[in-house]
Amino acid sequence: MDARRESEPSPMKHVTVERTSERELVVTRTFDAPARLVFEAWTRAELFKQWWVPKSMGMTLRSIEMDVRTGGRYRLGFGDGMDFFGRYLEVTPPARLVWTNEESGDAGSVTTVTFEEKNGKTLLVLRELYPSKEALDAAGTGAADAMGETFQQLDELLARS
Amino acid sequence: MVQYTADHFNTAFAALSDATRRGVLEQLARADASITDLADKFQMTLTGMKKHVGVLEQTGLVTTEKIGRVRTCKLGQCRLEEEAAWIERYHQLWAARFDALDQVVAELKRKEKLDGRKKRK
Repeated sequence: MDARRESEPSPMKHVTVERTSERELVVTRTFDAPARLVFEAWTRAELFKQWWVPKSMGMTLRSIEMDVRTGGRYRLGFGDGMDFFGRYLEVTPPARLVWTNEESGDAGSVTTVTFEEKNGKTLLVLRELYPSKEALDAAGTGAADAMGETFQQLDELLARS
Repeated sequence: MVQYTADHFNTAFAALSDATRRGVLEQLARADASITDLADKFQMTLTGMKKHVGVLEQTGLVTTEKIGRVRTCKLGQCRLEEEAAWIERYHQLWAARFDALDQVVAELKRKEKLDGRKKRK
C-alpha cells in the first residue's frame, strides 16, 4: 500500500450531506485555497469541466456552455440528447452562485453555492432546494435507479470479458 | 452524517414500540398474510388488527392490497433504508467531484504563486 496514507481521511476533505428539510439537501466541504480560486473553478468552463463529471459517474461531458452572469444560461451536453441546463439567478464573485436546473421541468431544483473564506481556506456550502418533497424524493430515487443501471451495464461488460 | 427529518423517525419508532406490531412484521417477513390470518394468529379482533396494520402502513413498513374481499398485507420497502442508500450515493458523487476540484484548485494556486513571483520585482 501507499506509504503516504492517501486514504486517511483528512478533516478538511470531509464531505457532509444533510437533508435539512423535506425539500432541501445541503452539502459542505472545505478547500485549501482562497475563495476567489475555488469560485474561479466553478465559473470558468475549461476548469469546471475538469472536475464536474468524475470518472465514477460513468458519463462523458461532450459539450459545455456557461454564460456565467446573472440571467445567463448554461448547458452541459452528455450526448444522446441528454442535456443538463438552466439559468444563473445570481453571480456574486467570489461569494455566491445560484442557478436553476431546468432539465426536469417543474420538478427542477435551485442550486445555491456559497464560498466562505477563513484563514486562506474556503468553506463551500451547496444547497439544492426542490419545489416539493415529492420532487426531491423522485430525484433521489431516479438517481438511484440510474446508478443501478450503470452497475448493471458494468456487470454485463464484466460478464462478457 | 446522514440525517432524517425527526417526524420520519418518530412515526417509525412509534410503530415499532408495540409488541403486536413487531410480531406482525416478523410474520410478514416470512409470508404475506391477510388481516384475518393475522387477527387469528395474534388472537385479536379484526378491528384491532386493522388498527395495527394501519399504523404500520402509515410508516411504509407494510403495504396492503385488497383483492376481492381479502386485504393482503406484505412488508413495504423500508423508506429509511432506501433514502439512506441514495443519500450515500449522492455523498459519493460529491466526494468524487470535490476530490477532482481539489486538483483544479491546487493547480490554480500553484500558477498564481508562479505569476506572483514573476510580477514582483
